[in-house]
Amino acid sequence: MDWEALILSIELGIATVFGLAPIAIWAGRALAYREFRGKGFVEALVALPLLLPPTVVGFYLLVAFGRHSPLGQAFEALTGHLLAFSFEGLLVASILINIPFSFQPVQRAFEAIEPSIREAGAVSGLSPWQVFFRIELPLAWPGIVTALVLTFAHTLGEFGVVLMVGGSIPGETKTIAIAIYDRVQAFDDRSANIMALTLLAISIVALGITNTLSRRIGRRRG
Amino acid sequence: MADTLSLDRAPSLAAAGREVVTFEARTESPIPLDLAFSLRAGEVTALFGASGSGKTTVLRTIAGLWRPANARVTCDGTVWYDTATGLCLPPHRRRVGLVFQDYALFPHMTALKNVMAALDHLPKAEREARARALLALVHLEGLEERRPAELSGGQKQRVAVARALARDPEVLLLDEPFSALDRAVRVSLYGEIDAIRTRLACPIVLVTHDFEEVARLADRVIVLERGRIIAEGDVGSISARADIPIIAAAAEAGTVLIATLAEVLHDRRLSVLDTPAGRILAPLLDAAPGTRLRVRIPSRDVILADRVPEGLSVHNALHGRVAEIAPRPGAVADVAVAVGSVLLRAQVMEDAVAKLGLAPGRPVVALVKSVAVTVPGA
Repeated sequence: MDWEALILSIELGIATVFGLAPIAIWAGRALAYREFRGKGFVEALVALPLLLPPTVVGFYLLVAFGRHSPLGQAFEALTGHLLAFSFEGLLVASILINIPFSFQPVQRAFEAIEPSIREAGAVSGLSPWQVFFRIELPLAWPGIVTALVLTFAHTLGEFGVVLMVGGSIPGETKTIAIAIYDRVQAFDDRSANIMALTLLAISIVALGITNTLSRRIGRRRG
Repeated sequence: MADTLSLDRAPSLAAAGREVVTFEARTESPIPLDLAFSLRAGEVTALFGASGSGKTTVLRTIAGLWRPANARVTCDGTVWYDTATGLCLPPHRRRVGLVFQDYALFPHMTALKNVMAALDHLPKAEREARARALLALVHLEGLEERRPAELSGGQKQRVAVARALARDPEVLLLDEPFSALDRAVRVSLYGEIDAIRTRLACPIVLVTHDFEEVARLADRVIVLERGRIIAEGDVGSISARADIPIIAAAAEAGTVLIATLAEVLHDRRLSVLDTPAGRILAPLLDAAPGTRLRVRIPSRDVILADRVPEGLSVHNALHGRVAEIAPRPGAVADVAVAVGSVLLRAQVMEDAVAKLGLAPGRPVVALVKSVAVTVPGA
């Protein structure tokens, strides 16, 4: 068991969840409620990481994070080290590839709130922020938690993008999914098995949580 | 508890009949609107029309949930919406109470919390007591802790009414509030709304496509068709307008009279009503003498004669003069008879008009069976 890799994966998962939560809530809500030109295109773009091979996503991110891109140069000037092959780079990549896993459940959750319920909030004297915090968030909460659980579980298991963007630097970018590959390459099946079982257990728990929560959404509506 | 609850607004606002809300809108799309009207304190105005006539859009514009391209709404001298100056007060800054067709209760809150959510303008300590009093007013004592999913349709609508009143509204808007309810529940809610309106000094707007609700609750009626007002007036005169297809079809044209129950003749199982058309006998009514109520006489149930006939079972023979004769499709004529201070509508065959020699100004007797005299929505 590569504890360092497991802890790094969990750290990456938590950081991704916290980084992505406000973005997903804002964007998912905007996609649910706002009508704008090119909305269909944006929705397709959101789903793109689901379809692209992780190595393709990883390759483009590697280029974007590198020393020859404006983003890579800006980051290096700011921090003194390269964005590619760093934990920060891995975090940015992880947030980007988790966009479909988080945006869509959040969007569905906000869409499921009847428009008249939000309007009733407004005519009851609640400001848009109060409607958001007192009516929309509590009603969309199960969907938001589902999105974040999926994001966390998916971050733990991501392989292709992590390998491309992060390399496999122990303690910095070597996640548990990479470590499993590493152990299999070294014919250490026992370690690979333990780590694979750990990921399997985490995934089952995550699915259990999301299932329970989506049933709760169903019960709420009545 | 309900009796200690004051719904009445400041005395200066309470003057009934005062113009409170003015509304005008002219737009082509997406929903055509071309109308202007005002709402008076203490009056129930019905916006009546088929679906697609724009009545709900008008209501949503007053509440601030819809912004027509060209419109102006004022309330009590304050401009709520004016496209000419670009002013738009958001819905939460307008003091309106809106009861939605589908109740629109907050599903994650109890009945009590639903009402308290509309009480942010009160100090925190007073909110719960006020919410409980409002729920008691709509007869929901004991159900305060229930969530909407645990309430029946009628109970949900009562919570919605309590929530709308909680806002202490300057105008109360009812958007087809009864349409999702079955008949028995509807009738008891009519009574509820009736009781509330007598204690509420603000204008009330009732959007509906059911003329029974208009006849039962409204003082004034605005009939809408494709965003335009095609008729406007008090409920009595509008209900007699057999020339408006939607009224003739939806409501079966008739006359609505404001009556006072004068006497109950238990031995004859009849009620005596004082109306502007004179004394009228009606079936036994479940009310105390002195009660003010509305009765409706369908124009199809009015028979015209040139003198009071003998040997007939009809109880009510009302003397009047023909005011107007309007031909209708199907060889039918709509005859308006001036009886006392009202116009009583009678639907007769054109052949009968010729036979009796009816013409404006001629004296005539209107015969009405007492069973035809009904209280709408009961």
